[in-house]
Amino acid sequence: MITLALRAGSSPRRVLPGFGLSLGVSLLFVSLVLLLPMTGLFGQLADLSLAQYWAIITDGRVVASYTVTMGAAAVAAIVNAAFGLLLAWVLVRYEFPGRRLLDALMDLPFALPTAVAGITLATLYSSNGWMGRLLEPLGLQVAYTWVGIALAMAFTSIPFVVRTVQPVLEDLPVEVDEAALTLGASDGTAFRRVILPHLWPALVTGTGLAFVRSLGEFGAIIFIAGNMPYETEITALMIFVKLQEYDYAGASAIASVVLFVSLALLLAINLWQGRFIKRLHGGMG
Amino acid sequence: MSRLEGTQRIGDAPRVRRLLVIAAVALSALFLLLPLVAIFAQAFAQGAGVFWTNVTNSYTRSAIGLTLFITVLTIPVNLVFGVMLAWLVTRFRFPGRRILQTLIDIPFAVSPVVAGLVYLLLYGRNGWIGGWLDTHDIQLMFAWPGILMVTIFVTCPFVARELIPLMQAQGSRDEEAAVTLGASGWTLFRRVTLPNIRWALLYGVILTNARAVGEFGAVSVVSGAIRGQTNTLPLHLEQLYQDYNTVGAFASAALLALIALLTLAAKAGLEWRAARQEAST
Repeated sequence: MITLALRAGSSPRRVLPGFGLSLGVSLLFVSLVLLLPMTGLFGQLADLSLAQYWAIITDGRVVASYTVTMGAAAVAAIVNAAFGLLLAWVLVRYEFPGRRLLDALMDLPFALPTAVAGITLATLYSSNGWMGRLLEPLGLQVAYTWVGIALAMAFTSIPFVVRTVQPVLEDLPVEVDEAALTLGASDGTAFRRVILPHLWPALVTGTGLAFVRSLGEFGAIIFIAGNMPYETEITALMIFVKLQEYDYAGASAIASVVLFVSLALLLAINLWQGRFIKRLHGGMG
Repeated sequence: MSRLEGTQRIGDAPRVRRLLVIAAVALSALFLLLPLVAIFAQAFAQGAGVFWTNVTNSYTRSAIGLTLFITVLTIPVNLVFGVMLAWLVTRFRFPGRRILQTLIDIPFAVSPVVAGLVYLLLYGRNGWIGGWLDTHDIQLMFAWPGILMVTIFVTCPFVARELIPLMQAQGSRDEEAAVTLGASGWTLFRRVTLPNIRWALLYGVILTNARAVGEFGAVSVVSGAIRGQTNTLPLHLEQLYQDYNTVGAFASAALLALIALLTLAAKAGLEWRAARQEAST
């Protein structure tokens, strides 16, 4: 099937019109909008010696920002894996009043501008906000700590998990459940042993995408983060700070690290997912 | 209750079901719904009159104007690109097809701040294109063209991503038949392809709109944020918030939240339509 398709590609006879036009427009757009701007980054990096580059990206304050960003993103991703799985399960498996509304609400973090999410979360969780007033007497300070950063990351990335797991759960045939239950397994065991193995490729993909998104998030985080050097500064903010100091080389060096990590992770997720899809559908990528 | 009766599924016991539904609804209300309510509560904290004054003051009006202007220019560009790319990768097989599909995901993986930065480096005064433009007195960065360029960058995958899976699933049999019957390219697209993809196309445009209106990170790098000139609505609300004008900031936030709610409603509507169509065929 695949080899056939490839061969058809090299055949001169194409039935449908528009190959040249759509190829031309697509290549022009991808080159101008997506690829050409990247040359600016590499041009700027070329002006740096390797020692200078290394000094910038291993500077103490910058390294602290990697730790804060990665740590908070990891916590947000793990929380979202559990919360997202629960939401996907409830939305697919149960019928209850307000289900459609809940389903629609899941896309809110994607639709809501990040700056709006940012100021809202900062206001809610500050010491006189609705949530802050409840949590602070309990000793839980959310705003201006890494907990706030993780919260903002979790908010903006929850749809990734829900929307990746949901379709897989929908396609799971009823027989899977029946088989498990007929064998006398309890709900918990049946879920762990039978359902979870079907879901976990999607769950890992969704969680991975949520993690990548969290690494790059800016608008939702900076308002609630407090932005204390070494404590609550995220890497995206470090780039922004360097730019405001007109340190373009510094900004580019840090940006290259962020860019490399997120593209590598995205590639890894794609390859990993591709392997699973192949295994599940017998080679039909 | 015996498990062997009917088609009992995992987690169907009423106690489990109730517990999970309550947990999901309560957590969503706290985590997603409460922020949404808070936006409007803050915006109207000093009454509808103050809200109206905040929304209609000249800086807010100019921010709304710029945001709409950028969005209105972004949508047709990404519409044409999205349709062309989707047509290309779903109707033809050629070497590099997969790479092209991966490339359009770049904006999803790149941090918005990094996206803004790469444009600034290239088209800013120190960049190799920006330097040349500068000698010809053309300024793209810290002006609306820069905002438009990064907005196109961050929103360009949306239309294509909505169309590609649909057009792949639909196949090209109808279109091939139309060509055999002698339809020209444009007629083919307008009469055969477009009716099949119009709802996905519309949803792609709605997503593009939502993101274009709300983009913050990339725009804040290239805009310069000059009040009344290069401030988009998200940048405007940031400035108000930093100036401790919380109610003013949330007035702008409420406008953006309203657009987000309309986006969600449109999605729910389109999904309902699709489900009904599927049920009737």
